[in-house]
Formats: sequence, structure tokens, C-alpha cells
Amino acid sequence: MNLSLPETSDTFFQGNSSLGHPLLPGVLDTSHRVILYLEEVTVTFDGFRALNNLSLAIDAGELRCIIGPNGAGKTTMMDVITGKTRPDSGSIYFGQTIDLTRMSEPEIVTAGIGRKFQKPTVFEQHSVFDNLELALRGEKRVRHSWHSRCQGEQRDRIAEILETIHLLPMARQQSGALSHGQKQWLEIGMLLIQEPELLLLDEPVAGMTDEESEQSAELFLSLAGRHSLMVVEHDMAFVSKLNSRVTVLHEGSVLAEGRMEEIRHHPRVIEVYLGR
Amino acid sequence: MDSHSSALPPEKQPLLSPLAWKGVGLYAILCLLVVPLLHLLLDAHSPWHISAYFINLGGKILCYAIVAVALDLIWGYAGILSLGHGLFFALGGYAFGMYLMRSIGRDGVYHADLPDFMVFLNWKELPWYWTGSDHFFLSVLLVLLIPGLLAFVFGYFAFRSRIKGVYFSIITQALTYAFMLLFFRNETGFGGNNGFTDFKRLLGMSITTPEMRVTLFVLSALTLLAALLLCRWMITRKFGRILTAIRDAESRVMFIGYQPLWYKLTAWTLSALLAAIAGALYVPQVGIINPSEMSPANSIEIAIWVAVGGRASLIGPVLGAITVNLAKSWFTVSFPEYWLFFLGLLFVTVTLWLPGGLISLLSRLRKGES
Ligand SMILES: Nc1ncnc2c1ncn2[C@@H]1O[C@H](COP(=O)(O)OP(=O)(O)OP(=O)(O)O)[C@@H](O)[C@H]1O
Ligand SMILES: [Mg+2]
Repeated sequence: MNLSLPETSDTFFQGNSSLGHPLLPGVLDTSHRVILYLEEVTVTFDGFRALNNLSLAIDAGELRCIIGPNGAGKTTMMDVITGKTRPDSGSIYFGQTIDLTRMSEPEIVTAGIGRKFQKPTVFEQHSVFDNLELALRGEKRVRHSWHSRCQGEQRDRIAEILETIHLLPMARQQSGALSHGQKQWLEIGMLLIQEPELLLLDEPVAGMTDEESEQSAELFLSLAGRHSLMVVEHDMAFVSKLNSRVTVLHEGSVLAEGRMEEIRHHPRVIEVYLGR
Repeated sequence: MDSHSSALPPEKQPLLSPLAWKGVGLYAILCLLVVPLLHLLLDAHSPWHISAYFINLGGKILCYAIVAVALDLIWGYAGILSLGHGLFFALGGYAFGMYLMRSIGRDGVYHADLPDFMVFLNWKELPWYWTGSDHFFLSVLLVLLIPGLLAFVFGYFAFRSRIKGVYFSIITQALTYAFMLLFFRNETGFGGNNGFTDFKRLLGMSITTPEMRVTLFVLSALTLLAALLLCRWMITRKFGRILTAIRDAESRVMFIGYQPLWYKLTAWTLSALLAAIAGALYVPQVGIINPSEMSPANSIEIAIWVAVGGRASLIGPVLGAITVNLAKSWFTVSFPEYWLFFLGLLFVTVTLWLPGGLISLLSRLRKGES
């Protein structure tokens, strides 16, 4: 096991000192501030490079917006982070120690990454309440699904989330009957209830009314700090409202990165994306 | 306590509604008391007498209904269409048929220790895989073990490779077809295309007495009820909610941390076991099992019962199995050449105009009343 102890093994066991600290496999370690690293990630579909040597890092607690034209690879990037697609090359680390390229989708979720799909995906035949119940943090094995009861604290937690996503009055309704924007919120609620460290949100305000989108911006801003967020959006007004660092993807790699004002005046960005 | 209880759904979902419990009571009185007594106690000339033909037909249809419920669990609730459930049914039937064959003893045509078909093939001793087939309990165990194991292994690899939808259905068709070809061969050791028949005894008792007939009928009725209650229990648990969630949005299920593989595999294996039990009950009642039970068309017919009755309702498939098979036994007597046309027409009609199946008619009527 410990054949490859670092040279500084004397400081290795000194806990959270600035030089060394225990590396616990499977435990999220953000001691270097960064919660997610992508390094030279390449994904090809039949020879087409959807991601091309993409490198990107997100800090713990950061809210990061990702923009870019259609087909830039934004969704594909979320696919490789969450294990849905495997990269051809490159590495993806969650914190310092967790290698996401070796884990299955549910394992990645359990490690602390939640994801909202571009097309809102909720369990349409289930009630809003049941959607959240299934998403609750905790035992996910078949064995526990026979006797698991949702009561007490868990119900309170669901009610709390329902309030956050403004769906408390609809708790008993079938989620298929919700509006597009409400489905988006329900899906966001399903992420929140898992208390993930990192949330990946693919076009979360598509189909929302201005008011709903306003409330979403407030919600995301309130989450930043406690959680890290990566938000993909085409809606520039919404991105400006979040007032965060922005990364522009183009043809599978990073074209520019910075504050929204800098991005707005970046000639290449104007050419490929904003200027259209 | 929680202050939002008014907005949230109730904590507990009952196993069955009061109306459904009444239905269970009615079913029990009918199948466990009325029908058996009318057959056993009344004189054959009495207008109320239920003939051996109807007891046998009823018992047979009850077995079909069990398979329909089994398929509904996996197709209706988990969205996995098996077009190979006839295989598990037939394997259950064969496993129990081996016991029935051994129970014939020396009363066969050749008065030999070996089953007739083995004598005919000039075999001198039982193949190793017939060991223990003369023990009732071992045979019952095999009824569960063989189909259960096959379903588990097949399901594990299919679900792990994420084979879904039409591909899965086609593979199950191929599987049952392959087994049919295998069982057609005399060398396989299961009676070739004649299969097993001419059963004489079950647990030392004659298989043709009215008492035995009624016992098998009652056992089938009880098994159907147990299967319904078991499946209903499963789907009212969190397990069932996850199963339907997998059906509706599998990727979402994975991305809230569940491994769909184990949920599908559990439902799939249980479903195959139910089909196998139905097959084991079926064989002594119809007196024969042969490889035609594994034909792809048989498995498709099971799916039609479920579709006609109404998917994801458990009771719908029971209705479907009863309706279609009653119609079948009438047609095959009166207009045998038109049966398949009728079946096709029924299937198309239901798919186009009654996607919820017969059961949705009933619930529409009930809504109309209230
Ligand atoms: N499974 C796949 N097979 C083949 N090509 C794919 C696949 N998934 C994505 N692509 C291609 O990869 C490219 C990047 O797609 P991606 O969905 O990541 O873009 P995007 O930035 O999310 O775009 P949008 O803004 O439209 O959502 C596109 O050209 C797309 O056609
Ligand atoms: Mg996209």
C-alpha cells in the first residue's frame, strides 16, 4: 500500500499543516482551493473533437459561468465530469485526490457532484414530493429500498427544499404537470437535497419567466460559498446578473476567461459568439 | 412534528384500497370456495355443476394470469419489455415435469424404470442432470433455481451492458428461440419435440381425480393472489418508486446516486421466478409440456395480454390474460382459422384507441359514476 510515501513523510502525518496533510482516498480534499480540475481533456465522436485539450479549474465555493456557441462542448464537458462520457485522454480530478475518470455515475454523485440536465429531467409520473424523496441523501441500495420510510427530519428537509424552490403548494401534484420553469426548479431542488459540494447546471433558466429567472439568480448567488457551482447559460442578461467569472468555450477548448466586462470586449469572443 | 403536513402527501400509502380489499375477498370466496364446491359436491347433471373442462381451463388461465402479472412488474413498472417470459414459464414447467415423469414409475408404455422417451432412445441410465428429480421438494427447488439463475445471469450481463428497449426485447426473443431449438433435440434429454406427457401421479396420488384437479386450481388461485399482493407491496415501497423512476428517466436515477442495475436485476429475477412458478402449476393441469411453449410467438402473446389488460396496473394484465384466453378457447373451437386475425385486431385496437388497456375502461366508468 504505502510504498510510495512522499519524501516528506515526516510531515506527512502532521495533519493539516501547510506542507503536507494526509491524503485520504475517496475523501474530497480542497486544501489547494481548487475543487475541480480538468487537464487536457479530449473527447472525440467519430473523429470529431467535441472537447479539444480542454483545461479548466474551479475553486471551492466559486460560482463559474460557462458560455459559448451551440456545439462548443459545454454539455459534453458536463458529461465527462459526471462519468456519462469517458474522455479519450486527459485527467479530471475532484479536489486533489478523487479521479473522476475511474468512477461510475452514481459513485460520482455520491462523491458530491450533482448535475442538472440541459433538458429538464424529472420523474414525470411521480409527485413533486416523491421526486425529492428519491433524491434525498442517504442509502441508495436495493436492500434499503424495501423498508425505507420518509418521515420526521427527512420530511422537514423536503419541505424546506420545496420552499426554496417555490413548489411547496404543488408538493402532491404530478411533476409532469409542472411548467417548464417549475420542472427546472424541481430538478435543481433534487440536486440541492443531496447537498452536493459541486453543482453542474446546464442551462438552468431556459424556459423560465423573467421573474423565475430573477429568483434563480438569487438562489444561485446564495448557494455560492457553501457550494461550488458551474452554470452553463446562453442568457447573457442572466449571466451578467450572476456577476461571476466567465469561461468562454469554443470548439472544445477555452477561448477566454475573465469577468463579464472583459469578456464582452474580447475580440475573438465577439467574433464567434457575442457578435452574432 | 412537521408544520407543512397539510401540503405534503400522507406518510403512509396503504397496500390496497378498501375497494381492492373487497375485490380480494370476493375473489377468495369465488375461487377457494364456490368453484371447488360446485365441482366437487354437485352431481354432474345439475345445472350449477362446474365441469372438469372448466376447472382445467380456469386453472390454466390462472397460471397465464400469474405470468401476465410477472411481465407487468418488469414491463409496466420498470419499462423493460421481455419477449422471452415464455422461456421462464416453460423452464419452470419442465423442472416440475421431470418430477411428474419420474412419478410415472413403471406404469409407462415400456414398464421400465426410465421415462419412456429414454427407453425409446435406448438410454440405459438417467443422465446426471436428472439426479434428484424423483424428490418432490428437490424438484420444487429446481423450479425456482434453474429459471432464477438463468434470469439472474442473463439480466446481469444485459443490464450491465446497458442493453435497453427494442434491443433487449429482441435478445429475449432470441434466447427463448435458442432454448426451443435446444429442447427440440432428443439428445438434450427432455423428450425432444414430444416433451413430457402421460403423467400419472403427483405426490403418490392420481393426477386425474376431481380432488387433485380442484387442489391444483385452488393452488393456482392462491399463487395468483400472492403474486398480486407481492408485486403490489413492492411497488408501494420506495423500491417501486425507484423502479418507475428508472422507467421514466434512467439517467436522472443514476445522477441522484442509484445503480439502476441492481433494481432492474431484482425486479427481473423476481419476475422470472413468478413465471417459473406459474409454469410448474400449469404442467400438471394441462398434462403436457413441450418445446412449443418456448416458441417466440408464445412470449409475444404474453405481452399482448398485458397490453390489452393495461400496463402498470397489476390487475389489468390479469383481466387481459382472462379475456384473451377465454376468447382464444372459444375461437379455437368455433373459428380456429380466425384466431390470429382476431388477436392481431384486438392488439391494434387497444394500442390505438385504448392505450391504458381494458382496466382504463373500468376506471373511466368509476370516474363517470362519482
Ligand atoms: N453522443 C454524441 N455523438 C456524436 N456527437 C456528439 C455527441 N454528443 C455531442 N456531440 C457533438 O459534440 C459537439 C458538442 O456538443 P455539446 O452538446 O457538448 O455542445 P453544447 O456546447 O452543449 O451546445 P448547446 O449550446 O447547443 O447545448 C456538437 O457538435 C455535438 O453534435
Ligand atoms: Mg448543451
